[in-house]
Amino acid sequence: MTNTLTRLLQSRDWLLADGATGTNLFNMGLSSGEPPEFWNVEHPDRIAKLYSFAVEAGSDLFLTNSFGGNASRLKLHNAQARVRELNRIAAEIGREVADKAGRPVAVCGSIGPTGEIFAPMGTLTHELAVEMFHEQAEGLKEGGADVLWVETISAPEEFKAAAEAARLAGMDWCGTMSFDTAGRTMMGVTSAQLAALVEKLPNPPLAFGANCGVGAADLMRTVMGFASAGTERPIIAKGNAGIPKYHDGHIHYDGTPALMGDYACLARDAGATIIGGCCGTMPEHLKAMHEALTTRPRGPRPSLEDITAKLGAFSSASDGTGDDDGPGRERRGRRRS
Amino acid sequence: MADEDDIILSELDDEELVLQMHDDLYDGLKEEIEEAVHILIDRGWTPYDILTKALVAGMTIVGNDFRDGILFVPEVLLAANAMKGGMAILKPLLVETGAPRMGKMVIGTVKGDIHDIGKNLVAMMMEGAGFEVVDIGINNPVESYLEALDREGADILGMSALLTTTMPYMKVVIDTMKEKGIRDDYLVIVGGAPLNEEFGKAIGADAYCRDAAVAVETAKDMVARKHNRMGA
Repeated sequence: MTNTLTRLLQSRDWLLADGATGTNLFNMGLSSGEPPEFWNVEHPDRIAKLYSFAVEAGSDLFLTNSFGGNASRLKLHNAQARVRELNRIAAEIGREVADKAGRPVAVCGSIGPTGEIFAPMGTLTHELAVEMFHEQAEGLKEGGADVLWVETISAPEEFKAAAEAARLAGMDWCGTMSFDTAGRTMMGVTSAQLAALVEKLPNPPLAFGANCGVGAADLMRTVMGFASAGTERPIIAKGNAGIPKYHDGHIHYDGTPALMGDYACLARDAGATIIGGCCGTMPEHLKAMHEALTTRPRGPRPSLEDITAKLGAFSSASDGTGDDDGPGRERRGRRRS
Repeated sequence: MADEDDIILSELDDEELVLQMHDDLYDGLKEEIEEAVHILIDRGWTPYDILTKALVAGMTIVGNDFRDGILFVPEVLLAANAMKGGMAILKPLLVETGAPRMGKMVIGTVKGDIHDIGKNLVAMMMEGAGFEVVDIGINNPVESYLEALDREGADILGMSALLTTTMPYMKVVIDTMKEKGIRDDYLVIVGGAPLNEEFGKAIGADAYCRDAAVAVETAKDMVARKHNRMGA
Protein backbone atom coordinates (compact mmCIF):
# COMPACT_ATOMS: atom_id res chain seq x y z
CA MET A 1 0.00 0.00 0.00
CA THR A 2 1.57 3.27 -1.05
CA ASN A 3 0.60 6.74 0.00
CA THR A 4 0.13 9.87 -2.07
CA LEU A 5 3.54 11.28 -1.18
CA THR A 6 5.36 8.10 -2.23
CA ARG A 7 3.51 8.10 -5.53
CA LEU A 8 4.31 11.77 -6.10
CA LEU A 9 7.98 11.14 -5.37
CA GLN A 10 7.99 8.28 -7.89
CA SER A 11 6.41 10.30 -10.69
CA ARG A 12 7.96 13.76 -10.25
CA ASP A 13 11.47 15.14 -9.90
CA TRP A 14 10.47 18.06 -7.66
CA LEU A 15 7.55 18.71 -5.34
CA LEU A 16 6.39 22.00 -3.86
CA ALA A 17 5.68 21.82 -0.14
CA ASP A 18 3.80 24.48 1.79
CA GLY A 19 4.79 27.72 3.54
CA ALA A 20 4.35 29.09 7.04
CA THR A 21 1.67 27.89 9.40
CA GLY A 22 2.17 30.31 12.29
CA THR A 23 2.72 33.45 10.20
CA ASN A 24 -0.46 32.77 8.19
CA LEU A 25 -2.55 31.98 11.27
CA PHE A 26 -1.40 35.14 13.05
CA ASN A 27 -2.56 37.09 10.00
CA MET A 28 -5.97 35.46 10.46
CA GLY A 29 -6.15 36.67 14.03
CA LEU A 30 -4.43 34.05 16.16
CA SER A 31 -3.11 35.86 19.20
CA SER A 32 0.30 35.23 20.65
CA GLY A 33 0.45 32.48 23.24
CA GLU A 34 -2.75 30.87 22.03
CA PRO A 35 -2.04 27.30 20.88
CA PRO A 36 -2.79 27.13 17.12
CA GLU A 37 -4.02 23.54 17.53
CA PHE A 38 -7.13 24.77 19.42
CA TRP A 39 -8.24 26.38 16.17
CA ASN A 40 -8.74 22.94 14.63
CA VAL A 41 -11.86 22.80 16.79
CA GLU A 42 -12.68 26.49 17.30
CA HIS A 43 -12.09 27.74 13.74
CA PRO A 44 -11.97 24.77 11.36
CA ASP A 45 -12.88 27.15 8.52
CA ARG A 46 -9.66 29.10 9.04
CA ILE A 47 -7.56 25.96 9.15
CA ALA A 48 -9.19 24.77 5.92
CA LYS A 49 -8.32 28.18 4.47
CA LEU A 50 -4.71 27.84 5.61
CA TYR A 51 -4.42 24.48 3.83
CA SER A 52 -6.17 25.92 0.75
CA PHE A 53 -3.55 28.69 0.52
CA ALA A 54 -0.97 26.01 -0.20
CA VAL A 55 -3.15 23.99 -2.57
CA GLU A 56 -4.15 27.10 -4.53
CA ALA A 57 -0.52 28.20 -4.81
CA GLY A 58 0.34 24.86 -6.41
CA SER A 59 1.74 22.92 -3.45
CA ASP A 60 1.87 19.14 -3.84
CA LEU A 61 1.71 18.62 -0.10
CA PHE A 62 0.88 20.56 3.02
CA LEU A 63 1.51 20.06 6.72
CA THR A 64 -1.32 19.79 9.22
CA ASN A 65 -1.89 22.31 11.99
CA SER A 66 -0.57 20.00 14.68
CA PHE A 67 3.04 21.11 15.18
CA GLY A 68 2.66 21.66 18.94
CA GLY A 69 0.10 18.87 19.34
CA ASN A 70 2.12 16.63 21.65
CA ALA A 71 1.27 16.10 25.32
CA SER A 72 4.29 18.06 26.52
CA ARG A 73 3.45 21.24 24.59
CA LEU A 74 -0.32 20.99 25.12
CA LYS A 75 0.22 20.51 28.85
CA LEU A 76 1.32 24.14 29.04
CA HIS A 77 -2.26 24.97 28.12
CA ASN A 78 -3.78 22.23 30.25
CA ALA A 79 -4.80 20.41 27.10
CA GLN A 80 -2.66 17.29 27.41
CA ALA A 81 -5.84 15.18 27.36
CA ARG A 82 -6.75 16.52 23.91
CA VAL A 83 -3.76 15.21 21.92
CA ARG A 84 -5.68 12.57 19.99
CA GLU A 85 -8.67 14.82 19.24
CA LEU A 86 -6.70 17.89 18.11
CA ASN A 87 -4.42 15.85 15.85
CA ARG A 88 -7.25 13.81 14.37
CA ILE A 89 -9.20 16.94 13.46
CA ALA A 90 -6.09 18.67 12.06
CA ALA A 91 -5.73 15.75 9.65
CA GLU A 92 -9.47 15.42 8.92
CA ILE A 93 -9.67 19.04 7.76
CA GLY A 94 -6.57 18.41 5.65
CA ARG A 95 -8.04 15.28 4.11
CA GLU A 96 -11.13 17.20 3.05
CA VAL A 97 -9.11 20.02 1.43
CA ALA A 98 -6.71 17.61 -0.30
CA ASP A 99 -9.47 15.37 -1.66
CA LYS A 100 -11.15 18.38 -3.27
CA ALA A 101 -7.96 19.61 -4.93
CA GLY A 102 -8.57 17.79 -8.21
CA ARG A 103 -4.95 16.54 -8.30
CA PRO A 104 -2.89 14.47 -5.89
CA VAL A 105 -2.01 16.50 -2.79
CA ALA A 106 -0.41 14.78 0.22
CA VAL A 107 -1.64 15.51 3.75
CA CYS A 108 1.45 15.43 5.97
CA GLY A 109 0.83 15.16 9.70
CA SER A 110 3.08 17.71 11.37
CA ILE A 111 4.92 16.66 14.52
CA GLY A 112 7.10 19.28 16.21
CA PRO A 113 9.52 18.97 19.12
CA THR A 114 8.42 18.32 22.67
CA GLY A 115 10.40 21.31 23.93
CA GLU A 116 12.01 19.12 26.58
CA ILE A 117 15.67 18.25 26.98
CA PHE A 118 16.73 14.62 27.13
CA ALA A 119 18.19 13.00 30.23
CA PRO A 120 20.68 13.18 31.87
CA MET A 121 20.60 16.99 31.48
CA GLY A 122 16.84 17.16 31.10
CA THR A 123 13.94 14.98 32.10
CA LEU A 124 12.89 13.46 28.77
CA THR A 125 13.59 9.77 28.19
CA HIS A 126 13.38 7.83 24.92
CA GLU A 127 10.35 5.90 26.18
CA LEU A 128 8.47 9.07 27.17
CA ALA A 129 9.24 10.79 23.88
CA VAL A 130 8.15 7.73 21.86
CA GLU A 131 4.93 7.55 23.86
CA MET A 132 4.12 11.21 23.25
CA PHE A 133 4.91 11.10 19.53
CA HIS A 134 3.04 7.83 19.11
CA GLU A 135 -0.10 9.24 20.69
CA GLN A 136 0.09 12.18 18.29
CA ALA A 137 0.81 9.92 15.31
CA GLU A 138 -2.27 7.78 16.03
CA GLY A 139 -4.44 10.91 16.05
CA LEU A 140 -3.02 12.07 12.72
CA LYS A 141 -3.44 8.59 11.24
CA GLU A 142 -7.03 8.38 12.42
CA GLY A 143 -7.76 11.74 10.78
CA GLY A 144 -6.44 10.50 7.44
CA ALA A 145 -2.93 11.90 7.14
CA ASP A 146 -0.98 10.31 4.27
CA VAL A 147 2.36 10.43 6.08
CA LEU A 148 3.84 11.87 9.27
CA TRP A 149 6.09 14.90 8.99
CA VAL A 150 8.51 15.39 11.87
CA GLU A 151 10.00 18.91 11.83
CA THR A 152 12.14 21.51 13.59
CA ILE A 153 13.96 18.87 15.62
CA SER A 154 17.33 19.70 17.26
CA ALA A 155 18.28 16.58 19.21
CA PRO A 156 19.17 13.27 17.50
CA GLU A 157 17.46 11.42 20.38
CA GLU A 158 14.20 13.18 19.60
CA PHE A 159 14.50 12.40 15.88
CA LYS A 160 14.98 8.72 16.69
CA ALA A 161 12.03 8.71 19.08
CA ALA A 162 9.79 10.20 16.40
CA ALA A 163 10.97 7.54 13.93
CA GLU A 164 10.04 4.82 16.38
CA ALA A 165 6.62 6.40 16.91
CA ALA A 166 6.04 6.34 13.15
CA ARG A 167 6.98 2.66 13.11
CA LEU A 168 4.57 1.91 15.96
CA ALA A 169 1.79 3.76 14.13
CA GLY A 170 2.66 1.86 10.93
CA MET A 171 3.09 5.07 8.94
CA ASP A 172 5.63 6.36 6.45
CA TRP A 173 7.26 9.58 7.53
CA CYS A 174 9.49 12.49 6.58
CA GLY A 175 11.79 14.28 9.01
CA THR A 176 13.59 17.60 9.12
CA MET A 177 15.84 19.25 11.64
CA SER A 178 16.37 22.96 12.23
CA PHE A 179 19.97 24.07 11.68
CA ASP A 180 20.05 27.42 13.44
CA THR A 181 23.35 27.53 15.37
CA ALA A 182 26.51 28.10 13.34
CA GLY A 183 25.14 25.79 10.65
CA ARG A 184 24.26 23.05 13.12
CA THR A 185 21.17 22.32 15.16
CA MET A 186 20.96 23.78 18.66
CA MET A 187 22.19 20.42 19.92
CA GLY A 188 25.19 20.49 17.58
CA VAL A 189 24.05 18.12 14.79
CA THR A 190 25.60 18.83 11.37
CA SER A 191 23.99 18.22 7.99
CA ALA A 192 26.37 15.30 7.41
CA GLN A 193 25.46 13.78 10.76
CA LEU A 194 21.73 13.90 10.01
CA ALA A 195 22.34 12.31 6.59
CA ALA A 196 24.18 9.48 8.35
CA LEU A 197 21.62 9.22 11.16
CA VAL A 198 18.62 8.62 8.87
CA GLU A 199 20.31 5.65 7.18
CA LYS A 200 20.84 3.96 10.54
CA LEU A 201 17.17 4.01 11.49
CA PRO A 202 15.23 0.73 11.21
CA ASN A 203 12.49 2.65 9.37
CA PRO A 204 14.24 5.45 7.50
CA PRO A 205 12.13 8.39 6.34
CA LEU A 206 10.80 8.75 2.76
CA ALA A 207 12.67 12.04 2.65
CA PHE A 208 14.69 14.10 5.11
CA GLY A 209 16.11 17.57 5.30
CA ALA A 210 16.08 20.97 6.94
CA ASN A 211 13.43 23.48 7.90
CA CYS A 212 13.31 26.89 9.59
CA GLY A 213 16.71 27.90 11.00
CA VAL A 214 18.20 31.27 10.10
CA GLY A 215 17.66 32.46 6.52
CA ALA A 216 17.37 30.95 3.06
CA ALA A 217 21.16 31.13 2.50
CA ASP A 218 22.03 29.09 5.61
CA LEU A 219 19.36 26.54 4.78
CA MET A 220 20.82 26.14 1.29
CA ARG A 221 24.27 25.46 2.73
CA THR A 222 22.70 22.70 4.85
CA VAL A 223 21.02 21.20 1.77
CA MET A 224 24.40 21.24 -0.02
CA GLY A 225 25.79 19.40 3.02
CA PHE A 226 23.17 16.62 2.67
CA ALA A 227 24.00 16.25 -1.02
CA SER A 228 27.75 16.17 -0.35
CA ALA A 229 27.16 13.40 2.18
CA GLY A 230 26.14 11.28 -0.81
CA THR A 231 22.56 10.55 0.23
CA GLU A 232 20.25 8.99 -2.33
CA ARG A 233 17.19 9.74 -0.29
CA PRO A 234 15.02 12.68 -1.39
CA ILE A 235 16.10 15.89 0.35
CA ILE A 236 13.65 18.38 1.86
CA ALA A 237 14.34 22.14 1.90
CA LYS A 238 11.93 24.31 3.87
CA GLY A 239 13.59 27.63 4.56
CA ASN A 240 12.30 30.81 6.15
CA ALA A 241 11.35 33.75 3.95
CA GLY A 242 14.33 35.80 5.07
CA ILE A 243 14.88 37.17 8.54
CA PRO A 244 12.30 38.73 10.86
CA LYS A 245 12.39 42.52 11.11
CA TYR A 246 10.60 44.73 13.57
CA HIS A 247 8.62 47.68 12.20
CA ASP A 248 6.17 49.90 14.08
CA GLY A 249 5.17 47.27 16.60
CA HIS A 250 4.88 44.29 14.32
CA ILE A 251 7.17 41.76 12.70
CA HIS A 252 7.63 40.92 9.07
CA TYR A 253 10.08 38.69 7.25
CA ASP A 254 12.35 40.44 4.79
CA GLY A 255 12.42 37.72 2.10
CA THR A 256 10.52 38.80 -1.03
CA PRO A 257 8.54 36.43 -3.28
CA ALA A 258 11.24 36.96 -5.95
CA LEU A 259 13.96 35.88 -3.52
CA MET A 260 11.99 32.79 -2.54
CA GLY A 261 11.59 31.95 -6.24
CA ASP A 262 15.37 32.10 -6.62
CA TYR A 263 15.78 30.04 -3.46
CA ALA A 264 13.39 27.34 -4.74
CA CYS A 265 15.37 26.89 -7.97
CA LEU A 266 18.71 26.96 -6.15
CA ALA A 267 17.42 24.30 -3.76
CA ARG A 268 16.41 22.10 -6.70
CA ASP A 269 19.78 22.64 -8.42
CA ALA A 270 21.50 21.73 -5.17
CA GLY A 271 19.71 18.40 -5.06
CA ALA A 272 16.53 19.00 -3.05
CA THR A 273 13.38 17.21 -4.23
CA ILE A 274 10.78 18.56 -1.81
CA ILE A 275 10.96 22.34 -1.66
CA GLY A 276 8.87 24.66 0.46
CA GLY A 277 9.03 27.54 2.89
CA CYS A 278 8.81 27.96 6.63
CA CYS A 279 8.26 31.05 8.82
CA GLY A 280 7.23 34.14 6.86
CA THR A 281 6.37 32.19 3.69
CA MET A 282 2.99 33.51 2.59
CA PRO A 283 0.80 32.45 -0.37
CA GLU A 284 2.47 35.05 -2.63
CA HIS A 285 5.87 33.55 -1.87
CA LEU A 286 4.59 30.04 -2.63
CA LYS A 287 3.11 31.20 -5.93
CA ALA A 288 6.45 32.75 -6.91
CA MET A 289 8.21 29.53 -5.96
CA HIS A 290 5.75 27.44 -7.97
CA GLU A 291 6.15 29.65 -11.00
CA ALA A 292 9.94 29.63 -10.77
CA LEU A 293 10.11 25.84 -10.41
CA THR A 294 7.67 25.33 -13.30
CA THR A 295 9.12 27.82 -15.77
CA ARG A 296 12.85 27.94 -15.10
CA PRO A 297 15.14 25.20 -16.38
CA ARG A 298 17.34 23.24 -14.04
CA GLY A 299 20.81 24.66 -13.65
CA PRO A 300 24.16 23.27 -12.55
CA ARG A 301 24.75 22.55 -8.89
CA PRO A 302 25.32 25.97 -7.29
CA SER A 303 28.49 26.85 -5.41
CA LEU A 304 28.40 28.42 -1.95
CA GLU A 305 29.34 31.70 -3.69
CA ASP A 306 26.31 31.45 -5.99
CA ILE A 307 24.13 31.03 -2.89
CA THR A 308 25.45 34.05 -1.03
CA ALA A 309 25.31 36.14 -4.21
CA LYS A 310 21.61 35.39 -4.66
CA LEU A 311 20.35 34.91 -1.10
CA GLY A 312 22.74 36.88 1.12
CA ALA A 313 25.54 36.01 3.53
CA PHE A 314 25.74 32.96 5.81
CA SER A 315 25.32 33.49 9.56
CA SER A 316 28.58 31.69 10.37
CA ALA A 317 31.84 30.97 8.55
CA SER A 318 31.70 27.18 8.96
CA ASP A 319 28.85 24.71 9.34
CA GLY A 320 30.93 21.96 10.88
CA THR A 321 31.13 19.75 7.77
CA GLY A 322 33.91 18.90 5.34
CA ASP A 323 37.56 19.53 6.05
CA ASP A 324 36.76 22.61 8.04
CA ASP A 325 35.15 21.11 11.10
CA GLY A 326 36.07 24.10 13.22
CA PRO A 327 38.69 24.50 15.91
CA GLY A 328 38.66 22.29 18.98
CA ARG A 329 40.18 22.60 22.43
CA GLU A 330 43.45 21.01 23.42
CA ARG A 331 43.05 19.11 26.70
CA ARG A 332 45.91 18.97 29.16
CA GLY A 333 45.78 15.27 29.90
CA ARG A 334 43.74 12.16 29.37
CA ARG A 335 40.76 11.65 31.59
CA ARG A 336 38.93 8.48 32.49
CA SER A 337 35.94 8.28 30.21
CA MET B 1 39.22 1.44 37.33
CA ALA B 2 42.49 3.33 37.43
CA ASP B 3 44.26 3.93 34.17
CA GLU B 4 47.91 4.85 34.17
CA ASP B 5 47.00 8.13 32.50
CA ASP B 6 44.52 9.00 35.22
CA ILE B 7 45.05 12.36 36.76
CA ILE B 8 45.28 12.53 40.54
CA LEU B 9 43.93 15.98 41.35
CA SER B 10 45.46 16.18 44.82
CA GLU B 11 48.95 15.66 43.35
CA LEU B 12 48.71 18.72 41.10
CA ASP B 13 50.12 22.04 42.29
CA ASP B 14 47.73 24.99 42.52
CA GLU B 15 48.41 26.35 39.07
CA GLU B 16 48.05 22.95 37.38
CA LEU B 17 44.97 22.13 39.39
CA VAL B 18 43.21 25.31 38.32
CA LEU B 19 44.05 24.60 34.66
CA GLN B 20 42.81 21.04 35.11
CA MET B 21 39.57 22.42 36.55
CA HIS B 22 39.12 24.51 33.41
CA ASP B 23 39.44 21.33 31.34
CA ASP B 24 37.13 19.40 33.63
CA LEU B 25 34.47 22.11 33.48
CA TYR B 26 34.83 22.05 29.71
CA ASP B 27 34.23 18.32 29.77
CA GLY B 28 31.37 18.60 32.26
CA LEU B 29 32.98 16.45 34.97
CA LYS B 30 30.96 17.34 38.05
CA GLU B 31 32.57 15.00 40.60
CA GLU B 32 36.06 16.07 39.59
CA ILE B 33 35.10 19.74 39.98
CA GLU B 34 33.64 19.09 43.43
CA GLU B 35 36.78 17.22 44.46
CA ALA B 36 39.01 20.03 43.19
CA VAL B 37 37.00 22.70 45.00
CA HIS B 38 37.45 20.79 48.25
CA ILE B 39 41.18 20.49 47.61
CA LEU B 40 41.54 24.24 47.08
CA ILE B 41 39.52 24.99 50.22
CA ASP B 42 41.83 22.65 52.18
CA ARG B 43 44.83 24.46 50.73
CA GLY B 44 43.53 27.70 52.20
CA TRP B 45 42.13 29.36 49.06
CA THR B 46 39.39 31.91 49.69
CA PRO B 47 35.98 30.89 48.36
CA TYR B 48 35.98 34.02 46.20
CA ASP B 49 39.28 33.09 44.54
CA ILE B 50 38.06 29.57 43.85
CA LEU B 51 34.90 30.98 42.33
CA THR B 52 36.58 33.54 40.10
CA LYS B 53 39.93 31.97 39.19
CA ALA B 54 38.82 28.37 38.80
CA LEU B 55 35.10 28.17 38.12
CA VAL B 56 34.16 31.46 36.47
CA ALA B 57 37.37 31.52 34.42
CA GLY B 58 36.66 27.96 33.26
CA MET B 59 33.08 28.79 32.34
CA THR B 60 34.32 31.80 30.38
CA ILE B 61 36.21 29.39 28.11
CA VAL B 62 33.05 27.30 27.74
CA GLY B 63 31.05 30.46 27.00
CA ASN B 64 33.50 31.66 24.38
CA ASP B 65 33.51 28.33 22.57
CA PHE B 66 29.71 28.22 22.70
CA ARG B 67 29.60 31.73 21.23
CA ASP B 68 32.04 30.69 18.50
CA GLY B 69 30.09 27.59 17.50
CA ILE B 70 32.65 25.11 18.85
CA LEU B 71 30.53 23.83 21.74
CA PHE B 72 26.78 23.30 21.57
CA VAL B 73 23.92 23.11 24.02
CA PRO B 74 24.51 19.56 25.33
CA GLU B 75 28.14 20.29 26.26
CA VAL B 76 27.20 23.64 27.81
CA LEU B 77 24.50 22.01 29.91
CA LEU B 78 27.01 19.47 31.20
CA ALA B 79 29.56 22.19 31.99
CA ALA B 80 26.94 24.26 33.78
CA ASN B 81 25.97 21.22 35.80
CA ALA B 82 29.59 20.65 36.85
CA MET B 83 29.86 24.34 37.76
CA LYS B 84 26.71 24.02 39.83
CA GLY B 85 28.31 21.20 41.80
CA GLY B 86 31.23 23.44 42.69
CA MET B 87 28.96 26.39 43.46
CA ALA B 88 26.88 24.36 45.89
CA ILE B 89 30.00 23.87 48.01
CA LEU B 90 31.10 27.49 47.73
CA LYS B 91 27.79 29.28 48.20
CA PRO B 92 27.53 29.09 52.01
CA LEU B 93 31.23 29.94 52.32
CA LEU B 94 30.88 32.97 50.05
CA VAL B 95 28.07 34.30 52.21
CA GLU B 96 30.08 33.64 55.38
CA THR B 97 33.14 35.46 54.09
CA GLY B 98 31.14 38.39 52.72
CA ALA B 99 32.61 38.01 49.23
CA PRO B 100 31.64 40.69 46.71
CA ARG B 101 28.47 40.02 44.71
CA MET B 102 28.52 39.93 40.94
CA GLY B 103 24.90 41.04 40.70
CA LYS B 104 21.43 39.62 40.71
CA MET B 105 19.29 38.93 37.67
CA VAL B 106 15.57 38.34 37.31
CA ILE B 107 14.83 36.36 34.15
CA GLY B 108 11.71 35.01 32.46
CA THR B 109 9.99 34.58 29.10
CA VAL B 110 7.42 37.24 28.24
CA LYS B 111 3.66 36.96 28.34
CA GLY B 112 2.36 34.56 25.72
CA ASP B 113 5.69 32.82 25.29
CA ILE B 114 6.19 29.39 26.78
CA HIS B 115 9.46 28.49 25.05
CA ASP B 116 12.10 28.36 27.72
CA ILE B 117 15.19 26.48 26.54
CA GLY B 118 17.02 29.72 25.67
CA LYS B 119 16.03 31.36 28.92
CA ASN B 120 17.19 28.32 30.91
CA LEU B 121 20.54 28.38 29.15
CA VAL B 122 21.07 32.04 29.93
CA ALA B 123 20.11 31.44 33.57
CA MET B 124 22.62 28.58 33.83
CA MET B 125 25.42 30.49 32.16
CA MET B 126 24.77 33.55 34.32
CA GLU B 127 24.98 31.37 37.41
CA GLY B 128 28.11 29.88 35.96
CA ALA B 129 29.57 33.38 35.78
CA GLY B 130 28.80 33.94 39.45
CA PHE B 131 25.59 35.95 39.16
CA GLU B 132 22.62 35.23 41.36
CA VAL B 133 19.69 34.32 39.15
CA VAL B 134 16.00 34.43 40.00
CA ASP B 135 14.14 32.50 37.32
CA ILE B 136 10.48 33.52 37.22
CA GLY B 137 9.63 30.99 34.51
CA ILE B 138 7.46 31.35 31.45
CA ASN B 139 4.59 33.55 30.31
CA ASN B 140 5.26 36.58 32.52
CA PRO B 141 3.03 39.66 32.47
CA VAL B 142 4.68 42.99 33.24
CA GLU B 143 3.46 42.82 36.87
CA SER B 144 5.45 39.63 37.53
CA TYR B 145 8.67 41.16 36.25
CA LEU B 146 8.25 44.34 38.30
CA GLU B 147 7.26 42.49 41.44
CA ALA B 148 10.26 40.14 41.21
CA LEU B 149 12.72 42.97 40.50
CA ASP B 150 11.50 44.83 43.56
CA ARG B 151 11.26 41.81 45.86
CA GLU B 152 14.70 40.49 44.94
CA GLY B 153 16.54 43.80 44.89
CA ALA B 154 17.81 42.78 41.45
CA ASP B 155 20.28 44.66 39.26
CA ILE B 156 19.46 43.10 35.92
CA LEU B 157 16.26 42.22 34.08
CA GLY B 158 16.49 39.53 31.41
CA MET B 159 13.58 38.95 29.03
CA SER B 160 13.34 36.15 26.50
CA ALA B 161 10.97 35.43 23.61
CA LEU B 162 11.05 32.82 20.86
CA LEU B 163 8.09 34.07 18.87
CA THR B 164 7.88 37.08 16.61
CA THR B 165 4.42 37.57 18.04
CA THR B 166 5.52 37.74 21.66
CA MET B 167 8.70 39.78 21.33
CA PRO B 168 6.89 43.13 21.08
CA TYR B 169 5.70 42.55 24.65
CA MET B 170 9.22 43.37 25.83
CA LYS B 171 8.50 46.96 24.88
CA VAL B 172 5.40 46.94 27.07
CA VAL B 173 7.54 45.93 30.05
CA ILE B 174 10.19 48.58 29.36
CA ASP B 175 7.56 51.29 28.75
CA THR B 176 5.87 50.43 32.05
CA MET B 177 9.21 50.68 33.84
CA LYS B 178 9.69 54.12 32.29
CA GLU B 179 6.23 55.26 33.37
CA LYS B 180 6.97 54.20 36.93
CA GLY B 181 10.31 55.98 36.83
CA ILE B 182 12.31 52.82 37.58
CA ARG B 183 13.74 52.07 34.13
CA ASP B 184 17.21 53.36 34.97
CA ASP B 185 17.41 51.38 38.22
CA TYR B 186 18.02 48.21 36.20
CA LEU B 187 20.04 46.90 33.30
CA VAL B 188 17.63 45.40 30.80
CA ILE B 189 18.91 42.73 28.43
CA VAL B 190 16.77 40.88 25.90
CA GLY B 191 17.25 37.77 23.82
CA GLY B 192 15.55 35.09 21.75
CA ALA B 193 15.85 33.54 18.31
CA PRO B 194 13.91 36.11 16.29
CA LEU B 195 15.39 39.20 17.97
CA ASN B 196 18.26 41.30 16.74
CA GLU B 197 20.24 44.34 17.83
CA GLU B 198 18.02 46.72 15.90
CA PHE B 199 15.00 45.41 17.79
CA GLY B 200 16.73 45.76 21.15
CA LYS B 201 17.45 49.40 20.40
CA ALA B 202 13.97 50.08 19.06
CA ILE B 203 12.30 48.96 22.28
CA GLY B 204 14.79 50.70 24.59
CA ALA B 205 16.67 47.74 26.08
CA ASP B 206 20.25 48.22 27.25
CA ALA B 207 21.40 45.33 25.12
CA TYR B 208 20.31 42.53 22.84
CA CYS B 209 22.30 39.34 23.42
CA ARG B 210 22.32 36.79 20.64
CA ASP B 211 23.18 33.86 22.89
CA ALA B 212 23.82 32.91 26.50
CA ALA B 213 27.57 33.53 26.25
CA VAL B 214 27.04 37.04 24.93
CA ALA B 215 24.48 37.65 27.68
CA VAL B 216 27.07 36.80 30.32
CA GLU B 217 29.78 39.00 28.78
CA THR B 218 27.34 41.86 28.34
CA ALA B 219 26.09 41.61 31.92
CA LYS B 220 29.63 41.51 33.33
CA ASP B 221 30.64 44.50 31.24
CA MET B 222 27.56 46.56 32.09
CA VAL B 223 27.71 45.78 35.80
CA ALA B 224 31.36 46.84 35.87
CA ARG B 225 30.56 50.10 34.10
CA LYS B 226 27.63 50.75 36.44
CA HIS B 227 29.87 50.26 39.46
CA ASN B 228 32.44 52.65 38.00
CA ARG B 229 29.76 55.24 37.37
CA MET B 230 28.50 54.98 40.93
CA GLY B 231 32.03 55.27 42.30
CA ALA B 232 32.76 58.40 40.28
